[in-house]
Amino acid sequence: MTEHILKIDNLVKKFGELKATDNLSLTLKPGEIHAVIGPNGAGKSTLIKQICGELAPDSGRIEFLNRDITHLGVAARANLGLGRTFQISSLIMEYSALRNVMLAVQALQGSSYHFFKSIAKDQLLRDIAMQYIVQVGLENRANVCAAQLSHGERRQLEMAVVLALKPKAFLLDEPMAGMGPEGSAKLTQFLDTLRHQAPILLVEHDMDAVFSLADRISVLVYGKIIMTGSVEQVRNDPLVREAYLGEE
Amino acid sequence: MGREAEMHSLNKEQILNIVILVLLVVLPCLALAIDEPFYITLLTKVVILALAGVGLNLALGLGGLISFGHAAFFGIGGYVAGILASHVLNDELLFSIFGMDVSGSTNMLFIWFIAILISGLFAALIGYFSLRTKGVYFIMLTLAFAQMIYYFAISWPTYGGEDGLSIYVRNGFLGLNTLDPIVFFAICSSLLLACLYLVHIVQNSHFGAALQASRQNEQRLAAVGIKPFGIQLTAFIISAMITALAGALFADLNRFVSPDMLSWHTSGEIMIFVILGGVGRLFGPVVGAALFILFEYYLGGVTEHWALFLGVVLLAVVLFARGGIVGLLAGELKHD
Repeated sequence: MTEHILKIDNLVKKFGELKATDNLSLTLKPGEIHAVIGPNGAGKSTLIKQICGELAPDSGRIEFLNRDITHLGVAARANLGLGRTFQISSLIMEYSALRNVMLAVQALQGSSYHFFKSIAKDQLLRDIAMQYIVQVGLENRANVCAAQLSHGERRQLEMAVVLALKPKAFLLDEPMAGMGPEGSAKLTQFLDTLRHQAPILLVEHDMDAVFSLADRISVLVYGKIIMTGSVEQVRNDPLVREAYLGEE
Repeated sequence: MGREAEMHSLNKEQILNIVILVLLVVLPCLALAIDEPFYITLLTKVVILALAGVGLNLALGLGGLISFGHAAFFGIGGYVAGILASHVLNDELLFSIFGMDVSGSTNMLFIWFIAILISGLFAALIGYFSLRTKGVYFIMLTLAFAQMIYYFAISWPTYGGEDGLSIYVRNGFLGLNTLDPIVFFAICSSLLLACLYLVHIVQNSHFGAALQASRQNEQRLAAVGIKPFGIQLTAFIISAMITALAGALFADLNRFVSPDMLSWHTSGEIMIFVILGGVGRLFGPVVGAALFILFEYYLGGVTEHWALFLGVVLLAVVLFARGGIVGLLAGELKHD
């Protein structure tokens, strides 16, 4: 077993004079949920984009499963097992929920260059995809096109898609965003079981969820991690309270 | 349960497609019966232009790749037919390499193969650079590459330059009399049907799923681990090959190739077939090409400003019927 699934060293990303990521280092260990919190504009999205490969860092290094992935593209990183969800649901809107998951299953089995293999007649592909649809509780909406799903359902579908990729690490970008309290509670429960499948790097605004899930929390302010610690440590740190949690 | 029902009853689009297929058989027979070979030739033109559109539709309709340079592939197909035939007819070698003499050919099967091969190579090159850009830049780059080839053809005196190149005798196909209009029509329409079937299969394949996903959301496609670039480049190449095949047939139809086939007007016309008929609809280019020729022939006989009327129709389609004529008749496109 590797000590770190994901290891980020001295990552720097500047936009002009603004350091959106300032010499940032971070690790993700097997079996853990590592939450990254921070106020708006702290550089959370910029960090996510660099980890998943949408944005190239100016300097620093990202290692995934002991492999340098700093210069790999989005698809290559996904193929290595980095499964990410989007803050704003990013789905194939004209495809049904099931088709969205089938695309992920097909990607995993590497059959995207099969020109003559019919999707509609591929019962196995359909069955595998359906398992993930059931797992997130969308079985009654499987044949509804993504554009017609509610916001919450789209979030569920995002989870089904990322599960279908069988990732070695989850990179979840504000999965609770826009979910009602009930939805958040359900998803929190779900993520709790997910950590046994693969570790989770969780970028999240919902403090209740973060505090109940995270093994470790890193606090990001102005592109810098000002501290990393347990829930208790973060909760009681005066610096964090000032920078982020505010006076309660 | 819904799928069972679908299998037994045809939807509107399938009925429309069957009507078109029937027309493709009935119309030439009718023309034959009233002894009007001209109409057969006109139908052959429709079929060939439709095939060019079927090619573009794969890139444009399924992949969302707005290529404004498909004339390049249409023209390459045409020039392959013209050049290979001219060497045989003039009794000259094509070229000699390492002491090996390579001669031309008047065999359609061989010509098609070479047309597909060479257009594929060009498409790989053009696509490799153009697909790094998006939107208007992609449109402009494909246009620029096509215009480069156009100007090259104009300034290349060996094969007629601006004047073009004649094919004195239509190329041969399995010993048939290809100069007989109905025979040539049969060859062209068979190829059209074969390519329609091919596109249908590809559209519903794993590759087709990835391609249509790339049109809708590249970010999502990459996030599941499929690189959009490779999918798009592959589609662009297949698309070019089909259009080149149409080009080779078009040269044989007219027994003449000229740089006109390579000009941006041609790219625009191929695009009009697709948009008029219905972007991403399997039979869209067939309907579009038929309508185009109908306008050109009948309105063209009345006024030389027939293109103006075509423009009005095109405008109406773009504004009010995004699915083109097929969309208008058969309703919105649905994925299951």
